[in-house]
Amino acid sequence: MKKTAFKLVLLSAVAIAAASASFAAEKLKVGFVYVGPVGDFGYSYQHDQGRIAMQKALGDKVETTFLENVPETDSERSIEQLARSGHKLIFTTSFGFMEPTLRVAKKFPGVKFEHATGYKRAGNVSTYTAKFHEGRYVIGQIAGKMTKTNTLGYVASFPIPEVVAGINAFILGAQSVNPDVKVKIVWANTWFDPGKEADAAKALLAQGADIITQHTDSAAPLQEAEKAGKFGFGQASDQARFAPKAQLTAIVDNWSTYYIERTKAVLDGTWKSTDTFGGMDADMVHLAPFANMPDDVKKMAEETAAAIKAKKLNPFKCPILDQDGKAVECKDGKALSDAQITSMNWYVKGVDDKLPK
Amino acid sequence: MTSEMFQLILMTVVTAATPLILAAIGELVTERAGVLNLGVEGMMIMGAALGFAGAYASGSTTIGALCGIVAGTLMAALFGLLTIGLAINQVASGLALTIFGLGLSGLLGTGFVGLKRDAAPQLHIQGLSDLPYMGELVFGEDPFVYAAILLVAGTAWFLSRTRAGLALRATGDNHQSAHALGLPVRRTRFLATLFGGACAGLAGAYLTLAYTPFWSPGMTAGRGWIALALVVFASWRPWRIVLGALLFGGATVLQLHAQAASFGLPGQLLSAAPYLATIVALLFLSSGARRNAAAPAALGQPFIAPR
Repeated sequence: MKKTAFKLVLLSAVAIAAASASFAAEKLKVGFVYVGPVGDFGYSYQHDQGRIAMQKALGDKVETTFLENVPETDSERSIEQLARSGHKLIFTTSFGFMEPTLRVAKKFPGVKFEHATGYKRAGNVSTYTAKFHEGRYVIGQIAGKMTKTNTLGYVASFPIPEVVAGINAFILGAQSVNPDVKVKIVWANTWFDPGKEADAAKALLAQGADIITQHTDSAAPLQEAEKAGKFGFGQASDQARFAPKAQLTAIVDNWSTYYIERTKAVLDGTWKSTDTFGGMDADMVHLAPFANMPDDVKKMAEETAAAIKAKKLNPFKCPILDQDGKAVECKDGKALSDAQITSMNWYVKGVDDKLPK
Repeated sequence: MTSEMFQLILMTVVTAATPLILAAIGELVTERAGVLNLGVEGMMIMGAALGFAGAYASGSTTIGALCGIVAGTLMAALFGLLTIGLAINQVASGLALTIFGLGLSGLLGTGFVGLKRDAAPQLHIQGLSDLPYMGELVFGEDPFVYAAILLVAGTAWFLSRTRAGLALRATGDNHQSAHALGLPVRRTRFLATLFGGACAGLAGAYLTLAYTPFWSPGMTAGRGWIALALVVFASWRPWRIVLGALLFGGATVLQLHAQAASFGLPGQLLSAAPYLATIVALLFLSSGARRNAAAPAALGQPFIAPR
């Protein structure tokens, strides 16, 4: 008799636990997959800031999880792990997660996926990215004005469309104010290796570059510029704290609005597979305070940024010549189309580099 | 090529090679005693995190370097307790140590992310450091570089010229015989493991105190693994570590300079150059010296004293 009573108590305890678990499960579980550490103070850090803002805005309706330092080549099981553990919305935030995301999405049709910077979608996979190139155009103008050697240095990561579009916009911006300017490019072939990024910046400085910009994730190249008494830009996040004398401005990624909007859509049941390509007008890209530059350069930068924001200026306005001097077809009438930008695999005229294929 | 550029490129090579030399020379001693510690990356990143934390809190690069050494040593002590004390599999423990170090350093370093300090000062000797082509390269490096060279010289001397060095090598080649001779196998191995940890910790501290003076999780970016490969590359001889590290660091840095100078070679191929160079060098080294360059015979074998 006693045993039965004990069993009953045990059973009801289990039932209560199960009930509270299912109650807790009513919270929408949202997962994030980052390629770098959240402490990189750059790309992954900004995504995590977006996650935190979303968690704050939606409070106890959501529960967020993130996985950091997930290698692109081995990301499928990380994404799948999130899907298996009840996450109903998963943001995968690096280009290389594209195929793994699509494979996992096929296995979990009930889970919504959001892939950043890619171009392949499915019924339950959206893509989103920001027009980083708008910011690159502005910093290109600043660099073109500030350089004394007419040589700019660019530390690049991998030859994917986002990076190539960034290089092109930077050069077009620089050329728009300084026709004699040259850009030297070094491919570091990594997103995050501070030592190697610093070495790449040193190589560019040694070749006479006096303004350094980077499309890798650490502040090391900016710090090298400061050490050499030259100038640079922050990448993905305001990095002035690393180089207060060298940072001219920084291109800051702002994912908060997007993450809040998309998570709300899942909560409301209005989520649909879409492709978002927001720029400075949608505040997905903004620039850190302009510093360490003369007033006339600052004024020019502010005006350019305002014009882009008001959609009066398009960095990829036509005519645009490719590396061989041939005019590029403008599928959007007066400018390159979004599709042309997100699949960019060619250089504009004036780039002193061969695109690795 | 101007004198400044020549020096600048070579100095970048030295900077890239120094953390590899430091970590590899420590692992070399550990392995010569018969212990294979695959946790170099984990010990190194702990040295990087705590080295930066110590230097930031105290304002002294020296104290930071000491903190890095202590962090690496503690990690190695943990490894030693498991593998030498409890005779647990060394490969598995080493891998676990790396994963543990990467995680723990991220946790301990949280409060130091986004802070910066000035890089370790470089030596300057009036007259000598200003000599063209070689002055700064020889007389203008940061203290870690000289420490690395001294460590290699000291290790080479210790292993080949001292009685204790001979005992250490005997332990690594045949622990049963060493035990029969009355040599303290476990103590020797434990101390060698601690030395390896101290060096890896110093290598990590070099990253955050001199190379790129800020802390960021995961910033060792695989250098611990390269150090492990360098020990094999050097066929367990101290001075060859320097050669290998300069070769590897040199290939890494020179390909970046080749890109900046627009030689028109494809970036990916250039990025693979250091690894290709290492493979080629390995082929050369192993073909001629196969008979006497072998690994310590008891490498990776746990020692349990016969009763």
